[in-house]
Amino acid sequence: MAAPAAGPPPVLRIVAECGRSRARAGELRLPHGTVPCPVFMPVGTRGTAKGLTAAQLAALGCRICLGNTFHLGTRPGPELVRRSGGLHGFMDWPHNLLTDSGGFQMVSLLELSEVSEEGVLFRPPHGGEPVLLSPERAMEIQNALGADIVMQLDDVVSSTTTGPRLEEAMLRSVRWLDRCLAAHARPRQQRLFAIVQGGTEPELRLRCLRAMAQRDVPGFAIGGLSGGEAKARFWRAVKLSTEHLPRDKPRYLMGVGYATDLVVCVALGCDMFDCVFPTRTARFGSALVPWGSLQLKSQKFAKDFRPIDADCDCPACQRYSRAYLHALLRCNTAALHLLTMHNVAYQMKLMGSIRDSILRQRFPEFVRDFMATMYGGRGGPPAWAREALESVGITLDRGEPPLSPGEPP
Amino acid sequence: MRLKLLGAGRLGSLAGLGRGGAGALALPGCLLYTRAGAAPHLTHDALREVRGVPGVAHIALPALAEIHDVLEEYKEGAAKFMGMPDAVLYCSLHDPVTPCPSGYNTNKTVSLWGSSGRMEMTASKFIDIQRAIQPDWFQCISDGDTISGEAGRKRAKKSVDRSLSFLDICLQLQEKSPELQGSVMFGAIEGGDILEERLRSARETAKRPVGGFLLDGFQGSAMAKETKLKLIASVTAELPEDKPRIIHGVGKPDEVLECIERGVDIFESFFPFEVTERGCALVFSYDCHPAPEATVLPQNGIQDLEKNGAQEDQEEVSKADPEMTPFEISLKDKKYHDDFGPLLEGCSCYCCQRHTRAYVHHLLVTNELLAGVLLMMHNFQHYFGFFSAVRDALRDSKLDQLKELIFRQAVQGPASTALRQ
Repeated sequence: MAAPAAGPPPVLRIVAECGRSRARAGELRLPHGTVPCPVFMPVGTRGTAKGLTAAQLAALGCRICLGNTFHLGTRPGPELVRRSGGLHGFMDWPHNLLTDSGGFQMVSLLELSEVSEEGVLFRPPHGGEPVLLSPERAMEIQNALGADIVMQLDDVVSSTTTGPRLEEAMLRSVRWLDRCLAAHARPRQQRLFAIVQGGTEPELRLRCLRAMAQRDVPGFAIGGLSGGEAKARFWRAVKLSTEHLPRDKPRYLMGVGYATDLVVCVALGCDMFDCVFPTRTARFGSALVPWGSLQLKSQKFAKDFRPIDADCDCPACQRYSRAYLHALLRCNTAALHLLTMHNVAYQMKLMGSIRDSILRQRFPEFVRDFMATMYGGRGGPPAWAREALESVGITLDRGEPPLSPGEPP
Repeated sequence: MRLKLLGAGRLGSLAGLGRGGAGALALPGCLLYTRAGAAPHLTHDALREVRGVPGVAHIALPALAEIHDVLEEYKEGAAKFMGMPDAVLYCSLHDPVTPCPSGYNTNKTVSLWGSSGRMEMTASKFIDIQRAIQPDWFQCISDGDTISGEAGRKRAKKSVDRSLSFLDICLQLQEKSPELQGSVMFGAIEGGDILEERLRSARETAKRPVGGFLLDGFQGSAMAKETKLKLIASVTAELPEDKPRIIHGVGKPDEVLECIERGVDIFESFFPFEVTERGCALVFSYDCHPAPEATVLPQNGIQDLEKNGAQEDQEEVSKADPEMTPFEISLKDKKYHDDFGPLLEGCSCYCCQRHTRAYVHHLLVTNELLAGVLLMMHNFQHYFGFFSAVRDALRDSKLDQLKELIFRQAVQGPASTALRQ
């Protein structure tokens, strides 16, 4: 491989590594500022972090969030976003943005899409002409949207797919990576990440990793997971991926956002995460807490005058009780926004604590404490998490044996 | 509570409000409309970005009645429960935005409508709930079921009789309730559209030791406009000068001015909320003194004119939502798809300083929650700014100019202001 021409500096700067596991703490150096990592990126699909204003999202500590190429490419369209000063200008977001290429919509909107070597043909759900999303078109849209990190178009299949289609998708993703690299018109301003596929088949994933690691990209995403596959297969695929990706480039695990999954996958060596879960679950009335979640619509909170979490300093916990939020949920969307703020704050705080513990060489202790808080008294963490952590040198206390059904804790 | 009048009309202020006595409200003015104690769509910090938020918050009883047991257990009052311990809280009987079906009140009970349906209330139960709420101001339970247009003289008389009876019971009960010693009761003036009954209600209510008056039964559109205005003027003429007068159900700027001229002090702010809910933004001008350099046609006017011509505009736009008024634009309209101007040129609200009509249009078309947040911030700030302009106009003896500006727009819509430049 020829020495790379003087391009933008490397994205990732590693500041500390866990002495036992594969966890790293560092910074992502991006055009709209430095982002501490490991990092969780909230999802603002259509150019809005749901009910939060850009100012509120920034005030919660978020320095990078997501927009979606397929959705924004459909409405309002890349041209309009470009004329608004790119997605940054459109949303009035001064920090970093990452756009997903639209590949995932292939799975989520499966009935409406058709894949060929050319690209993905989508029939828009709200009627209108079918639209071809090719690697070139995905890059064109993303160039117009102007996000700091852009993703290749990948041939995405459901994570439970097996057989020839899985291999076909993996090989095509490598070819599409090359087409994206060739079509990318703004490599200085926008960092193009590859997306490793291959499902949970180790042999396929390994071939993909080896092929993509040869390409000169500033970062890698671990794709094709977090879609309903067995957790035992999931973590092994993540570990295999981090094993074979370059140490000095960021690893972005797509679609992961549950607290336990974040902690385990940081241990396995991932740096960046995104997921709709925290913000979506907020809009259903659910608040995330270190010991699980509170379904605030439930009658049992009607007279609970405590805040969601006494240790949380988000605006919702500073001012309101569970009882009030329960009442407000009935008639004012402000309740949804408060819960969204809380859940984003929770995710930011979790990642901050993770990072901090890595910097202080206390990550394994952090993991043990985290698991004890989340699963203490309920039989301990799930087996897959235990195995995954053990595979990178972090052992959890055996704890109490699992409860038999019907037995109170 | 102290009401001070400064001379020009009823320009003045209320001071000494709230628990600590530090609250104030400039008059004429409006209340902050809330739903279950929070501004609609707005978290506390989002509301802080809005300029000119009034010093008194308005909450409707039904939402609180539904959690009566919770408030009783909480013991420290609704304001604190809702995370606004320092707010001055006015509790009205009904929510201005929720329709109240007719025909449910009796001599002893009034029906309220909340998210779980109808609640029937006696005067005694009403005071029980108020004791748990501990509001700063509250509307006394009254029978205002005269707005359906089918009420005749007899029904009007009943509304007055019942409301006075409720008032007397409640005053007695209030005296015996330690939790309500700091609360100011507003007596409701009823009487439908019958002048005699309205006068009787006003005179009789004024005899009672209430802290203020509420002009009720003027909601909706059943009453003829002339009748409405005549009745309002006649009612306020019977009321003492030194007590505030609130009216329910009036929100449009032209109607607000008409009521202010006829002795009303305080209005609700449900109107900007309704505008928000239909995806619209208030853009009417209340600036009687445009800057000299504004000989250039303002952006709103010229854009709308260029696109379709003013007349077509109004037609196209009123097709969008029958409730739309001439004071607003409908951001869902396709023509805003690539309009990179703010909602309203010159507006200093959070939305207009940072975002475009195109962005808000996009949010509406994609059903994003942020649309409601941004529109509410703009619409509230604009509406509060209007009341500030009214007070300025009174102070500077320019009310006639403001009236002319507002009434012209009531007929021709905001584009018309451009034509005059």
